[in-house]
Amino acid sequence: MSAEFAPWDEPDAVPLIKVENVTKRFGSFTAIDHIDIDIFPREFFALLGPSGCGKTTLMRMLAGFETPSEGRITIGGDDMAGVAPNKRPVNMMFQSYALFPHLSLWDNIAFGLKREGMEKDKIAARVEEMLKLVQLGKFAKRKPHQISGGQRQRVALARSLAKAPKLLLLDEPLGALDKKLRQETQFELMDIQERTGTTFVIVTHDQEEAMTVASRVAVMDHGKLIQVDTPQKIYEEPNSVYVADFIGDVNLVEGRATAVGEAAEFVWGEGQPSLVGMPGGGVQADRAATFAIRPEKIAISRDEPEARNRVHGKIIDIGYLGNLSTYHVQLPTGAMLTCEVGNRSRVARRDFTWEDEVWLSWTETAGMVLPS
Amino acid sequence: MKRVFTAIPYLWLLGLFLVPFLIVLKISLSDAAIAIPPYMPTLDLSEGWAGLTSFLSELDMENFVFLTEDDLYWKAYLSSLKIAVLSTLLTLAVGLPIAYGMARAPEDWRPTLMMLVILPFWTSFLIRVYAWMGILSNEGLLNQLLISIGLISDPLVILNTNTAVYIGIVYTYLPFMILPIYASLERMDPSLLEAAEDLGCSRLTAFWIVTLPLARPGVIAGCFLVFIPAMGEFVIPSLLGGSSTLMIGKVLWEEFFSNRDWPVAGAVAIILLLILIVPIVLFQRQQAKAEAGH
Ligand SMILES: Nc1ncnc2c1ncn2[C@@H]1O[C@H](COP(=O)(O)OP(=O)(O)OP(=O)(O)O)[C@@H](O)[C@H]1O
Ligand SMILES: [Mg+2]
Repeated sequence: MSAEFAPWDEPDAVPLIKVENVTKRFGSFTAIDHIDIDIFPREFFALLGPSGCGKTTLMRMLAGFETPSEGRITIGGDDMAGVAPNKRPVNMMFQSYALFPHLSLWDNIAFGLKREGMEKDKIAARVEEMLKLVQLGKFAKRKPHQISGGQRQRVALARSLAKAPKLLLLDEPLGALDKKLRQETQFELMDIQERTGTTFVIVTHDQEEAMTVASRVAVMDHGKLIQVDTPQKIYEEPNSVYVADFIGDVNLVEGRATAVGEAAEFVWGEGQPSLVGMPGGGVQADRAATFAIRPEKIAISRDEPEARNRVHGKIIDIGYLGNLSTYHVQLPTGAMLTCEVGNRSRVARRDFTWEDEVWLSWTETAGMVLPS
Repeated sequence: MKRVFTAIPYLWLLGLFLVPFLIVLKISLSDAAIAIPPYMPTLDLSEGWAGLTSFLSELDMENFVFLTEDDLYWKAYLSSLKIAVLSTLLTLAVGLPIAYGMARAPEDWRPTLMMLVILPFWTSFLIRVYAWMGILSNEGLLNQLLISIGLISDPLVILNTNTAVYIGIVYTYLPFMILPIYASLERMDPSLLEAAEDLGCSRLTAFWIVTLPLARPGVIAGCFLVFIPAMGEFVIPSLLGGSSTLMIGKVLWEEFFSNRDWPVAGAVAIILLLILIVPIVLFQRQQAKAEAGH
């Protein structure tokens, strides 16, 4: 993705999908709660959120299998109200794959092309191309029940890609793949996206995946959009404790914001020095607030450092994760902070060990002060 | 212990299918006689080996040859075949939409709908056929209704014709068609239809190229369940059909009870069995081949 690809910041960019104030209710249950999103052409848009938060429901409304209870969805400028799924410029990869059990993999992938009335040899070429893409050429003649779960997932992916739609909806496309194949497929997806200019909306449980592939990430909770931003912003500048906590590891400290300006000052725990971080999520002075700091942004040292934010504590636990070590440090207030340090040398000489008194420190821009 | 259990179906087949079949086969190879039982020879084991050989030497294919000599029999087989095939197709045409509707109904209605399909079995089959006589006769409920709403002025003659036989067979065997089709449709993942639509099918095309192929095992099972008993049906043609309704079940009954010609009746039954078994075996072969092909 080129650095300057940011249509959401351009005032006259035209979105491909406009979701305007959409609500979806199932009986008295609200699955989607007044959502507004603009998704731009060539975007790789990721929906992230806990199970049951409404990701699939939102996708199904885009594909046309559910109608919004309120609000409007337009795709390419056309209002989608009353447009049947087979008339939308959209293909969807289903969370349950929905492969046709009576058809071979080949025929599954060819299904959409045949409906289009494509010529026979063109279909064959396209299907072969798709089979090669998902590395299933050898299995073309098999039926879906004769291949593994991960292979089925790849067939479903190939089938949805085959028609080269304007908009591709992928509901957890890579969930059943092992890590290596998953990464390969992620890059493959990004590659396809770049080559074909297809717009992707992808649902995932895996935040790392969302961070890797997406141009923007939407974090959802209970049918609401909490934050829509680039992966970097979501990670570095979460607008709420929920987002900070949902994406990656984070230390959260409860306290009060005292002054909010360019930076925010934060007081907490008796006898503890105040902390300074970036204000976020509309935090206000003299209100309860949470200080959020990522473990890898904390430095650990034996001697008192110069940094503005520093706390003193005792190492309670050490975790060795191969490429990095985590130290769990208990502060005098009883609060626990986790810090992560990269293991650059293989030498087992550890600078710190259990029960050591250490200082933790970080810069004024490393942490966020967020409303509790 | 496990062996005993796996042997049960074989013992069942042996005791309740193979042994009776052999007895009928033997009768069909015998000659009619005025005796009890009304055929000869009978096996006399007291004479030992000689008794057995003389017994076997007296068996012949005479009755089967006789079946080919009289027009009545092959006409009856052919007419039965026609009635069975046609009524199987009619039952399919009625049963498929019902099964489809049931499988698409809200989940908590389905047990009730299933109950309704089975409900007729709670009344005796004979009573239900007699009820149809009451409905279809010239002064019956159907004609009264049609005349009273002014659709016809003279009663339709339905009872004692082949039409009544078709109605009777479709009505009686409908549950056997509905249940297997319903079972195969209900198992179907509804997201398959959504996927088909997503890939550009209209609802109707999706029905033809996704739903129907997936319901195929149920359709085939249902057709066999209707076709096989319809082929040998006796009660429905004798009660609802007329004198011109020719069905092999009726012929068999007449040979057996009116003519007391057990050997010819046996031969009729054996041929009927062959007519039924051959297509089943062929079909299973082809199924197995299709499976192995993939
Ligand atoms: N047809 C329906 N009728 C009633 N409730 C539904 C229906 N479809 C979804 N829901 C409810 O809406 C909520 C959102 O469901 P949805 O499938 O969108 O979740 P999701 O975010 O995709 O979850 P997951 O990550 O587990 O796939 C859930 O609480 C679900 O129970
Ligand atoms: Mg889902």
